Amino acid sequence: MSAPAARVLNRTDGVAPWRRRVSSASFAVALALLTFVLLTLACAALTFPPLSGRIVDQADIIPAATELELEPKLRELEDKSGIQLVVATVKSLEGGDVETYANQLFRTWKLGEAKNNNGVLLLVAPNERKVRIEVGYGLEGTLTDALSSVIISNAITPRFKSGDFGGGISRGVEDIITVLTTDASEWAKRPNLRASQDNALDPYIPILIFVVFLFIMIYLNNRALKGQRGGWVRRGGQTIFIPSSGGWGGGSSWGSGSSGSSWGGGGGSSWSGGGGSSGGGGASGSW
Amino acid sequence: MSFGTNRISKFIAAILLASFVAGCGYNTIPTLEEQAKAKWADVQNQYQRRADLIPNLVSTVQGYAKQEKDVLTSVIEARAKATSIRVDASQLTDPDKIKQFQDAQSQLSGALGRLIAVSENYPDLKSNQNFLALQSQLEGTENRISVSRRDYIEASREYNTALRTFPTMLWAWTAFRGNKPMADFTATEGAQTPPQVKF
Repeated sequence: MSAPAARVLNRTDGVAPWRRRVSSASFAVALALLTFVLLTLACAALTFPPLSGRIVDQADIIPAATELELEPKLRELEDKSGIQLVVATVKSLEGGDVETYANQLFRTWKLGEAKNNNGVLLLVAPNERKVRIEVGYGLEGTLTDALSSVIISNAITPRFKSGDFGGGISRGVEDIITVLTTDASEWAKRPNLRASQDNALDPYIPILIFVVFLFIMIYLNNRALKGQRGGWVRRGGQTIFIPSSGGWGGGSSWGSGSSGSSWGGGGGSSWSGGGGSSGGGGASGSW
Repeated sequence: MSFGTNRISKFIAAILLASFVAGCGYNTIPTLEEQAKAKWADVQNQYQRRADLIPNLVSTVQGYAKQEKDVLTSVIEARAKATSIRVDASQLTDPDKIKQFQDAQSQLSGALGRLIAVSENYPDLKSNQNFLALQSQLEGTENRISVSRRDYIEASREYNTALRTFPTMLWAWTAFRGNKPMADFTATEGAQTPPQVKF
């Protein structure tokens, strides 16, 4: 009785410093992790309002009538062209410059379709007296920096100066829509393009491949059953193995592929960003 | 017969092993490396775009402010220097090369800043539509540069982290021994602060 107890004691004695070292090491790791998390939190300290609709009026400067008037225009733009134009007002830029804030907000909301990156964000920060038009990658050629700048300096900031936020924003939105829709060649091309994308074979390809695969398996199976000699089917002998391995390869890996389509930004009740991104196109202004 | 099942089970084992290796992060390092390289290409694109704007800008300013020869030539020289230094994706691990690139580009930023500051003195130039358009394009490009720099820094940080942290570190030690971490690239250029205007 006493001998094993002593051995256990001995063993714990022997292990204790080692364990202590481990615990101090894990403590150091935990500390490092904590500082890392805190640092990343400090770096990514920008907080964004949720994307509650096409007009996010956090700073509460847009009159209700203007909102009602703008909302259908923004929806119509998206229905016709797929372009997601969102108007946002924020209470604070949280110490950052308007360019960084707008870019991060754009990327958080993922405006525009993932494939076309055709989103536009009109951001107004009334407390910092800054305004920015942030343009998605896909629209940089249409709504250029120069045009964005002209819209800001001609349509938006003069009205903001006199305190007419509703008027400035609605004129700005109208001008943006005009720029986005008057490029006739683009405008005419878009619906076609979208239609062809929607009818694309993309979602059916995995199914097609699976069916072809199935036929091949059945064919090989039949050949093997008939006892024809050839290839690895003969070596397989036990033909049960082939379909099972085929089913494994065909079923699971392709199943996930076909379900992973990324059309997020549809209209309708649960509206959200479509997965687009921006690389800092557009222009900023102040008043 | 048993030989045949053996082969098939070997085949299955090979597939399982492959998916296991992939699942254990074998792909992580090459994926992150390619992403960082792509982001770098974007950084260079944006700098190139700025360099492409400059001749037009210089000739516009020249039309109104011929006497500012010093500033104009410094911009042209800085542009020539900046466009002569290109960093290939394979040179991203070379700190000296990156530093050279950064220095040349920030020199160009400084020269451009002086040009814009000087043009404030010419009301005709300031109200010229072409100049205004060029100026907004230049601003937009500077902003794109900073966005693409930020993206590259983030991507290279992820790649460097993968090289140094468990479990991907194991792959960095074995399969990707040759992979070196990417060199530091600072988030903001020193010369991007607005130049002082002396009267």
